[in-house]
Amino acid sequence: MAKKIVFKREKDLPYLAVSLSNTRSNKTGGWSSLRPVLDKKKCTGCMLCWKYCPEPCIKPGEKPKIDLDYCKGCGICSEVCPTKAITMKKEKK
Amino acid sequence: MKKLITGNHTVSFGVKLSRAEVIAAYPITPQTEIVEKLSEIVADGSLPAKFIRVESEHSAMAACIGASATGARAFTATSSQGLALMHEMLHWASGARLPIVMTNVNRAMAPPWNVWSDQTDSLAQRDTGWLQFYCEDNQEIVDTIIQAYKISEKVMLPAMVILDAFILSHTSEPVDIPVQKKVDKFLPHYNPKYKLDIANPHAFGGLVKPDWYYEFRYKISRAMEDAKDLINKVGRDFGREFGRSYGLIEEYRCNKADIILFTSGTISSTSREVIDELRSQGKKVGMVKVRVFRPFPSEQIRAVAKKAKIIGVIDRNISFGNEGIFFSEIKSALYNEKKAPPVYGFVAGLGGRDVRREDIKKIITRLDKKTGLTKGVNWVGLKK
Repeated sequence: MAKKIVFKREKDLPYLAVSLSNTRSNKTGGWSSLRPVLDKKKCTGCMLCWKYCPEPCIKPGEKPKIDLDYCKGCGICSEVCPTKAITMKKEKK
Repeated sequence: MKKLITGNHTVSFGVKLSRAEVIAAYPITPQTEIVEKLSEIVADGSLPAKFIRVESEHSAMAACIGASATGARAFTATSSQGLALMHEMLHWASGARLPIVMTNVNRAMAPPWNVWSDQTDSLAQRDTGWLQFYCEDNQEIVDTIIQAYKISEKVMLPAMVILDAFILSHTSEPVDIPVQKKVDKFLPHYNPKYKLDIANPHAFGGLVKPDWYYEFRYKISRAMEDAKDLINKVGRDFGREFGRSYGLIEEYRCNKADIILFTSGTISSTSREVIDELRSQGKKVGMVKVRVFRPFPSEQIRAVAKKAKIIGVIDRNISFGNEGIFFSEIKSALYNEKKAPPVYGFVAGLGGRDVRREDIKKIITRLDKKTGLTKGVNWVGLKK
């Protein structure tokens, strides 16, 4: 996991706007209002959800594994799933 | 090696000697010859650069930004409308801290359509974070391009090397072309700390919220400040290596001068003749050529202004709704000073109208007799 970089003063900054780490330290999953829920019984393992995920935050395998740390709740996986195995549920605040 | 060449041709020598690696090319009068000459030396192999023909000046600057971001030394040239078209990219180049060097041929803004000498185009870009060097003659062009890369790559800000349309771009003057070996020693290979490199990936120019944007802009301002001393130092070092020294400003016969004229570009050349003529008649006149407009040499101007009893500034430009731009900034630099003399601004030569010795003499007479002077714009040669 990438370490979150914290600056205290102007001198700490690089001279230009440049990433010093990678964006994995920025857990965008916190932005979503909807969360994908997988019904493993309906899932055939076609991996279309993995192919279409724009983040991408779905790991392919026998059954897809969705990484909620980065999922922004766009719902594309649910849209493309041919067996409607993925449903979008409202996030509890 | 001494050659009798036009300003445009001289630019191509500057670019070749600086070993530019990527040249983005788009034509505009009176700069077109620059990219034409560069295309010739790239085609015949004497300059091993990538020559990219783009579809607009905006693209030309975008191409330079991309190239510079990979660590390549980039160059392009433009003028007037073309410079205006790349405006948003100029902001990007400086914000991204890319040491691109561009030649701008000072040409009037349209309409009316006018291809001749006028500084409004480059001065309208004074807030974009680019260094600005104004050349007086063709020799300065090749010398300044080489120095500009050295300075830019140290402060990590882009630089404009500016020359007057036709008066320099299309006029042949004797130019001493520096030797490549000496330039290589003076100007090392460009190697930025951060660059687009798949082996060491970074994301550039990302979102910075109000909590840190201010500090990034402070850094640019600091870099501009640092550039002042650096410009003088590089100018002195250049003098040691190549025999011609440079600085932020150039004082000429300012000691014991009652009247000091501030000029820039080729008007400086004519002014010098007038100063010599008047001095031989016993008149106490001197002049200051403002070679660098950004960063603005406030300290140097304050120091020399103290010598005079009255100052005149000649602007080959105007900021509508106010006055000549060099005039505004010179006055600003002197405002809080205790011993600042009165400063008057003259707008002359717009759209390539000739600024002759008589015109400069008339300006000096107006300053001497304090007649026909207004606080705002003093028009020179207006057909009333």
